[in-house]
Amino acid sequence: MANRRLAPAAEQPESFAFSPENADWARGQIEKYPEGRQASAVIPLLWKAQEQNGGWLPQKAIEAVADQLGMPHIRVLEVATFYTMFALEPVGRFWIQLCGTVPCDSCGARELKQTLHDRLGPQGHVSADGNFSWLEVECLGACCNAPMVQINQDYYEDLTPQSLNTLMDDLAAGRPVKIGSQTGRTSSEPKDSINTLTDPTLFDGSRVGAWRKRFEQTQGGDDKGDAAVKKDEAASTEARAKDDPKPAQPDAGRATESPAVDAPAQRAAGGETPVKADGKGTPGVSPASPQVADQVGAPKISDGAAKTAADKEAVEDDVTLRTEPPQQPVASGADDAVHEEQSPEERANAAGTRPTGIEAARDNRPDDLTKIKGIGPVNNRRLNDLGVWHFDQIAAWSAPEIAWVGAYLAFPGRIDREDWVGQAAVLAGKKG
Amino acid sequence: MTKLLVDGTEVDVPAEFTLLQACEVAGAEIPRFCFHERLSIAGNCRMCLVELKGAPKPVASCAYAVKDCRPGPNGEPPEVLTRSGLTKKAREGVMEFLLINHPLDCPICDQGGHCDLQDQAMAYGVDSTRYKENKRAVEEKYIGPLVRTAMNRCIHCTRCVRFLAEVAGVPDLGAIGRGEDMEITSYLENAMGSELQGNVADLCPVGALVPKPQSYNNRPWELTKTDSIDVMDAVGSAIRVDVRGREVMQINPRVNEEINEEWISDKTRQIVDGLRMQRLDRPFVRENGRLRPASWGEAFSAIAAKMKDADPKKIGAVVGDLAGVEEIFALKELMGSLGTPNIDSRQGGEKIDPVWGRAAYTFNPTIPGIEEADAILLVGTNPRLEASLLNVRIRKRWRMAPLAVGVIGEEVDLTYPHLYLGAGPETLSDLAAGKHSFAETLSKAERPLVIIGSAALSRADGAAVLAAAAALAKSVGAVKPEWNGFAVLHSAAARVGALDLGFVPGEGGLDFAGITAPGALDVVFNLGADEVEVGAGAFVIYQGTHGDRGAMRADVILPGAAYTEKSATYVNTEGRVQMTNRAGFPPGDAREDWAILRALSDVLGHKLPFDSLVALRRALYAAHPHLAGVDAVETADVVKAVDALAGLGGSLGKDAFGPAFADFFMTNPIARASRVMAECSSVAHGRTLQAAE
Repeated sequence: MANRRLAPAAEQPESFAFSPENADWARGQIEKYPEGRQASAVIPLLWKAQEQNGGWLPQKAIEAVADQLGMPHIRVLEVATFYTMFALEPVGRFWIQLCGTVPCDSCGARELKQTLHDRLGPQGHVSADGNFSWLEVECLGACCNAPMVQINQDYYEDLTPQSLNTLMDDLAAGRPVKIGSQTGRTSSEPKDSINTLTDPTLFDGSRVGAWRKRFEQTQGGDDKGDAAVKKDEAASTEARAKDDPKPAQPDAGRATESPAVDAPAQRAAGGETPVKADGKGTPGVSPASPQVADQVGAPKISDGAAKTAADKEAVEDDVTLRTEPPQQPVASGADDAVHEEQSPEERANAAGTRPTGIEAARDNRPDDLTKIKGIGPVNNRRLNDLGVWHFDQIAAWSAPEIAWVGAYLAFPGRIDREDWVGQAAVLAGKKG
Repeated sequence: MTKLLVDGTEVDVPAEFTLLQACEVAGAEIPRFCFHERLSIAGNCRMCLVELKGAPKPVASCAYAVKDCRPGPNGEPPEVLTRSGLTKKAREGVMEFLLINHPLDCPICDQGGHCDLQDQAMAYGVDSTRYKENKRAVEEKYIGPLVRTAMNRCIHCTRCVRFLAEVAGVPDLGAIGRGEDMEITSYLENAMGSELQGNVADLCPVGALVPKPQSYNNRPWELTKTDSIDVMDAVGSAIRVDVRGREVMQINPRVNEEINEEWISDKTRQIVDGLRMQRLDRPFVRENGRLRPASWGEAFSAIAAKMKDADPKKIGAVVGDLAGVEEIFALKELMGSLGTPNIDSRQGGEKIDPVWGRAAYTFNPTIPGIEEADAILLVGTNPRLEASLLNVRIRKRWRMAPLAVGVIGEEVDLTYPHLYLGAGPETLSDLAAGKHSFAETLSKAERPLVIIGSAALSRADGAAVLAAAAALAKSVGAVKPEWNGFAVLHSAAARVGALDLGFVPGEGGLDFAGITAPGALDVVFNLGADEVEVGAGAFVIYQGTHGDRGAMRADVILPGAAYTEKSATYVNTEGRVQMTNRAGFPPGDAREDWAILRALSDVLGHKLPFDSLVALRRALYAAHPHLAGVDAVETADVVKAVDALAGLGGSLGKDAFGPAFADFFMTNPIARASRVMAECSSVAHGRTLQAAE
């Protein structure tokens, strides 16, 4: 974040006054607050003033809002300079706020910053064509989909330098773009497999009353049981104290620890070789795999149906034309992207080799590829077009083939990241 | 009351105390930057961290209430440790963070030697830094003519912001940006608009805000510090005069809870350069229309020659706004022995007669008493300028719980909301007749306070205004045995003392206007009255400190001592007797004023009966016993005085009440000689100073 100052006098408008409808709106905001607390409306009013003034706040607007609310000018300036959502200098048609706080930074915001710097020059300046200006800001609260930017009123998440460039090209050209995650994940669902809240006892009702039951047991007249519990507790505390100098409270009523995540990086770290194609149909290549399948499989069935419907809707809703700011925020969170027309096979060919496909599904019974995390109905169809119908086909992909498919689907790196191959191997094994 | 263990010492403190206050009660020293007794609690410097038994981490003691502490498992009192390892570590950590962005420029910093950060870094910090990055750099800001900024040094305690918003009531400073980029500034770097802005430099615990006129001028250890009293207004703020050699370098506030708490106005503080400019350092005698330097002997013989055959009825004496009680007493004795009734001290022309009783011309509820008032009526006064610290008290009272303040006179910003009732005396009569809703407010109030300004009394109908105000005070029940709600607010330091001495025209004597009228008298002795021109015709003897208007008109000039150069008694508007101390010597041949009058009396053949200040005071106290009670306010019979006043009657004029003076920064010869005051005045008038160089 940089020092933010009012725009130079040359750029400041002579005066500022709310338009009649905005003035009405402002009065409505002020009326929300009790007498003597009008200052509470300062943020909505500044926001409206910024909107009216083409996306930035001039000095006269700050003064007008201050006078309207009976606040000293400095108090409103404090608010306007505190929040980066208030631009104090003229902004481009698309104002890019890049989150540079820790989670985004560790997921690659620095590369995005470099990209923006290379493309648009230093922050706070409007590009020559008037389309863009950018600013690094503090946390925008979309950490789970890091790295991300806010452009005007929408969030664009899971960005890479490439996808950010594409996004900016599309915006500049007035092509439709997708709000939210640019890799196709829904909302902020887990990037890889689900590995929290997976204990089935959480959902079958067996936890209800467990604590009280245990409490009654210890309090009950049964000396023997009481002593045993106490001894157990003491033993476990002593055992834990060896590794944990600050023992937490007893585990009563807590979720059991979830099993290790089946992710390539973790397996590699554990000294295992990643699941390869030749391991297909062999459950237990990785000791964690069946568990993952169990966990993922069980809740997914119900999930799947809802999701397919949601996907269709989202795909339709999401393709919004982004041409003129400001836009109304649209619920983000679709699965699949709309980059088909921009992903020629040539690009894919440059990245790797095309996997060999089959004409049609064996026995005319294709596997439901959407069971693989990261494949939605659109990608399912596109994989079918490539001749990929079965889990074992995906499980058999080699590295060049993965790269080809990734480039073809315009999801470079995502197949590895989401471990489609591993998931497919597990699903194939389960099926077999 | 709650029991608490502080480092093993049990203390019993009120539950609403903070831990910091409780620790102080127990005698434990808690370092702090942002916390200030008279400001709201910010809790942002974290220097006051202490260990609280049972709390998971150190707590900021300034913002943690005693009542929020939990007792021990068996009901033991909560325990605070201010010398534990955890506390020490916490303080060291905070100090290290504070110093990360603090420049190491102590050798060139004006705050060096009286810097909280420097002292606390020595006491609670570590010896070296682990910080290897670049330090933050912050642009310096213009925030007015009295305070220079060095914003790299700022530690964001926000004391200055809180002072201006809370005490001064002029929220001109703020913190823009956030996090590391936070900066203290005024809106668009305009000058602060408060008449108390100099105090932010005192409050700044580091060298970020330092007094601009004293920049790079002195070090605290070079200065001789003398406690004294301010005479710029009739409030009599407690000050400390810092002198290097003969020269007054700076004036700082002293704590006096009865008057100024710990603030002083800008005029009080930054008058210092006026004390060395335009000074009269030798006697002058006018010859052939021009003043020429003379010796004391020549000056005295010129006066004696003129006085010898003057008719006592054609001799007069006037006293200005800065004279001490001692010299007024000496002058009164001298004039008495000469047999002239033409003496007056009411330079503004206030229609006040001491025979009405002392309560008729003093601020009877006293300044701390303002905090007990529950409705205030201001008549013909702008306390913000006439008595800035008194206005701070009214604002303090308003902040405790908003009260109704009505104003008759000029419509000005008093820093607190008030009800503007009207401009002139007719509003006062309306109020007395109950025609205004504020009359009901006043009569419903248990302790209403009517404050009448000296400007309202200086008019032709001043006595009638005073009578009307007194009658109103009486009718709304402002004057009762247990509550004195009738107050006269003066703006001149000398006034109450002179009135106490009865320095007003005797039987058949001329008043101030009469004495200074052209051709009225043959000889006029002017003791420091510079605001009123003595008319043509008279032979004028001017005794004062500065080459101001009085000296220009004089035929003989006797150089006197300014208030920092003599021990003199002043009686403030409350009637509180206070004494200045001599911090330095008057320049050149100038002498203490009482001694000049004593020497002159000898030449005139009416030798005054005292040879020393002690002897003078003995005579003074014999004649006016209440003046012996230094720092005390003698209670007067307000009920009787107000009854007397209310009975005066008189017809009220129609003119609106005017201001007491045209320019706050130019009210006396010292201020007019001060370049800093001139700049303040210029800024106050919205003019921008053109760079002369």
